[in-house]
Amino acid sequence: MSPIRVVIVDDEQPARNRLRELLEDCRADMPHSVAAEAANGVEGLQAVTASRADVVFVDIHMPEMSGIEFARHLQVLEHPPAVIFVTAHDQYAVEAFEVNALDYLTKPVRAARLLAALKKAAGGTHLTRGVLESIDPAPRRHFSVAERGRVTLVPVSDVVFLRAELKYVTLRTREREHLVEESLTQIEQEFGSVFVRIHRNCLVARRWIRGFERGAETEGEDGWSVILEGLDEKLPVSRRQWPQVKSLGKAGE
Amino acid sequence: MQSIRQNHLPDALPDFRNLGVVSRILLSVNVLALVFAVARSRELAEFPVKVTEIAGSLEPVLLVVVIVLYLGSTVLERLPYTHGLFVVFAIVLATTGALFPLQSLLGGSGDGRELAWSLACGLSAAAALAWYFHLRNRAFSPAISEARLQALQARIRPHFLFNSLNAVLSLIRKDPKRAEGALEDLAELFRTVMADNRQLIALRDELSLCRQYLNLEQLRLGERLRVEWQLDPTAEEALVPPMVLQPLVENAVYHGIEPGVAPGLIQVRIERRSDRLWLQLTNPYHPDYQHRQGNHMALANIRERLQLHFDVEARLDTRIADGRYEIGIAMPYRTSL
Repeated sequence: MSPIRVVIVDDEQPARNRLRELLEDCRADMPHSVAAEAANGVEGLQAVTASRADVVFVDIHMPEMSGIEFARHLQVLEHPPAVIFVTAHDQYAVEAFEVNALDYLTKPVRAARLLAALKKAAGGTHLTRGVLESIDPAPRRHFSVAERGRVTLVPVSDVVFLRAELKYVTLRTREREHLVEESLTQIEQEFGSVFVRIHRNCLVARRWIRGFERGAETEGEDGWSVILEGLDEKLPVSRRQWPQVKSLGKAGE
Repeated sequence: MQSIRQNHLPDALPDFRNLGVVSRILLSVNVLALVFAVARSRELAEFPVKVTEIAGSLEPVLLVVVIVLYLGSTVLERLPYTHGLFVVFAIVLATTGALFPLQSLLGGSGDGRELAWSLACGLSAAAALAWYFHLRNRAFSPAISEARLQALQARIRPHFLFNSLNAVLSLIRKDPKRAEGALEDLAELFRTVMADNRQLIALRDELSLCRQYLNLEQLRLGERLRVEWQLDPTAEEALVPPMVLQPLVENAVYHGIEPGVAPGLIQVRIERRSDRLWLQLTNPYHPDYQHRQGNHMALANIRERLQLHFDVEARLDTRIADGRYEIGIAMPYRTSL
């Protein structure tokens, strides 16, 4: 068996150093190599995909992207690495880990615990979106898209609209389109304050709505459509959603 | 751990230089006088006359007594409680007596019976107030124990303790000297936190506590944490409630520095303007991280302790301006108890 590849993600340099030292101490019992370390979730995702890591140690409490959100983005990969959460003191998360039988370490980390977690992780563990969401229900700051074995992050604030196509959901920013494997309903629930549903198959970011115009055809009848900030495309509003939607344009003017 | 004692504060005279105490005295004596005026008026029309009559003899005495107590408060503080009380009663009687001739100028008869009546009124008002302050003291002493207990619980987040221990562990192999220094800072910090935190301490000591705390945070946050001090050397002798600043600095790190990837600045400004002491603390404001717990508990705790020590003369304000969170504390500048 080739040694497993480990990545460390923590925003504090001393904490990363300490984990490296302890991993060093465990090497005789569990062969592994530390492939990379990263100071935040964004760099961490790059490090994980670039090194094709097997195991990631991630601190829960990090600026910009929490360890839990980081783990959610990893799940879009075809073969996500095993995740071992590390936390100094987070009663709520620790309880959730216990309930879901997830592996976690508390700082200061003990070498024996680290070794046990490493051995278990090498055998493969499974994280699900539902479990991670139950630990941290706060909305993510990014959507993640798997593209050619890498994770592309799209900041939620860049998204203009999301539209359900046949099999996927298309996510549109001002620059380009991405495909995401999430349902509109899930997205609507998570980001209720950011997006508004204008049609059975479409969510639009409130901040990108410039106004409305008449004339588009929806299901054979004349209706309203949304004019967007910075995009020429016009999106039809269904008659059912119109009452909720129309007030938004006035507020924006 | 030592059990929590429900000890009452020993009885003590109130601080006659405190605005809150002075206004309580003025207000309650005047309310007593109004009640008295109502009781003495046989009909409604008589009431204003009675009020003027009583005010005319009462107010000069009251003002002189308050001024004498204000000036003499440093001496009074050093006396045992019963002696102090005796002196206060003597001051009230002497002032009433000395100002009695004024009453005859204002139309009183000025006879011995009226003098005795005035003295009795003065003495009973003084006794009633002494009883009120005694009760207030009793009511607040468990509050002070409680505040002290809260101070223990609200101070120093476990998050900080475990992260710091972890940072120290990371130094032990490579830089044992620095690890020693860090553990010494940590020990000092906890010694202060676990001390009896009821007595006022010198601002200098509070500032050095903040520095020890920030040294530890610097260890793990590195260049992300920047601190700027603007200190007024003439203010360092001032007496402040213990742990009035450290929890706020800890909040500034927790809410202002940790949520940011880029380096953030904490500014601490201390200023003395004649008899007022101003403390100001600012840190970067991250609106997205306001759900992180703990901020309001520390603020409420400090506000409460400021009130216990300085009554209405201290205030704590917070605001958000130019992307920074600001806390300002104003309190009386004192160098002796």
